[in-house]
Amino acid sequence: MPTKIEKDAVTGKETTGHEWDGIKELNTPLPKWWLYILYATIAWSAVWAVLYPSFPGLSGHWRGTTGWTQRSAIVQQMQAVEAERAPMLERIRAAALDEIRRDPDLLQYAMAGGRVAFADNCAACHGAGGEGRPGGFPNLADDSWIWGGTLEDIHVTIRHGIRNTQDPEARMSLMPAYGQILSRQEIDDVAEHVLSLTGRSTDAASAARGATIYTEQCVACHGERGEGVRAQGGPALNDAIWLYGGAKREIAAQIANPRMGVMPPWQGRLDEATIRMLTVYVHTLGGGE
Amino acid sequence: MLRHATIERNVILLAVLTLITVSIGGIVQIVPLFTIETTIERVEGIRPYTPLELAGRNIYLREGCYACHSQMVRPFRDELERYGHYSLAAESMYDKPFQWGSKRTGPDLARVGGKYSNEWHLQHFIDPRSVVPESVMPPYGFLLRPLRTDDIERHLRALQRLGVPYTDAMIANAAADLRAQADPDGDHSGLLERYPKAPTGAFDGNPGRVTEMDALIAYMQMLGTLVDFADVTPESVRQ
Repeated sequence: MPTKIEKDAVTGKETTGHEWDGIKELNTPLPKWWLYILYATIAWSAVWAVLYPSFPGLSGHWRGTTGWTQRSAIVQQMQAVEAERAPMLERIRAAALDEIRRDPDLLQYAMAGGRVAFADNCAACHGAGGEGRPGGFPNLADDSWIWGGTLEDIHVTIRHGIRNTQDPEARMSLMPAYGQILSRQEIDDVAEHVLSLTGRSTDAASAARGATIYTEQCVACHGERGEGVRAQGGPALNDAIWLYGGAKREIAAQIANPRMGVMPPWQGRLDEATIRMLTVYVHTLGGGE
Repeated sequence: MLRHATIERNVILLAVLTLITVSIGGIVQIVPLFTIETTIERVEGIRPYTPLELAGRNIYLREGCYACHSQMVRPFRDELERYGHYSLAAESMYDKPFQWGSKRTGPDLARVGGKYSNEWHLQHFIDPRSVVPESVMPPYGFLLRPLRTDDIERHLRALQRLGVPYTDAMIANAAADLRAQADPDGDHSGLLERYPKAPTGAFDGNPGRVTEMDALIAYMQMLGTLVDFADVTPESVRQ
């Protein structure tokens, strides 16, 4: 491979000087404008490396003359965002919950903020529109509330959650596993009585026997006529809304070995203004009291 | 002066010079990471995984969850508003290998701990679309099979050799800690002393037996919960 640059007779251009089996290559350099841009970017990278954190060393790295770090940059950016939101969020933090609902400005802001926070945090269990999910994730858009549907009730529920282990102030109640207390026949009778609360009982004698047990065991949390007791988080049994199914088999299974909803506390994960916006948002989904 | 033609015609010389060139690049990039003390931030609360969480993490790797889920909240406004505080290097210092991931078909999981209830995770693993209709995640109901626990000490010991600070007491109690964490009525004092903030409970709804589901949900419930970000500032985690 002799390297001899020569002039090509046909094109008048120089060759690269390389030759493979008699084949020579014309030297066609990159366009000048392209090369100069390349040189300019190389020069700029040197400037950039001085201005910003760049070269590593053995005990640290070059921090750059601007002192820029991604971590302080994002803090500043978030502070700027918060400063922009602060006037409204301050009012939302200071206002009573029903004031937010009555003030058109605050309500509009809370609904917009609440909708985003709901989609990020609540929709996984309660559905994108608050319609709930099968398997014990309650509908928030109807007027059936387990722990209460006033603004204050909803606020407490979101802040502290339900039956979780993280928050000592979480709403707490525990339904005993009646499979270990009542006989199979007794559970069947109670389930029959629960059916009778919505007029679906087909065995009056069994329902009557169940009613006696219901009065002794269930009234404290589910109410005399199955209307539910919110202080205990005992769901209503006299409507068509069933967390774990309303068939007799499903009711009996729930009596024998109850499943109970758990909700995480959001205080700490979300800030107070977001929680208040969520409260108002959930309240206005349809069933707020 | 070595001539171009000389190098090109001597394959050994070419290989040696290539190796030297690549090594310089590698050394410049990698060696400072070993010597710079603040590559991993010093923050309170980081601990090795409990045996049950570690078993769950192994299932996470086995099932390839990292192909669709990242565990890295980047310092961008949209990520902070959705997921919470950006991830620190320290939070994955005991991950071997780390699970930062590179693609989000599903959401980031770096801060999923405590966000949903155990029941939600259970139902979501069994049938993702029952709770998230638009989800494309495959169902993982088969994880409700017993967890293999006889090799848990060896898992801890292997990580101990790699530098994870598992104490001999942790290894000796590994099997007991694993069972205690999945038992809501068990004695958790030893477990919580060795592994503060460890979530406990019947993760799969059945306290009677320890399943792979228990392990995976326990792992989910601790992700991103160890550091208290109230006392973390950009200065304190400056790298």
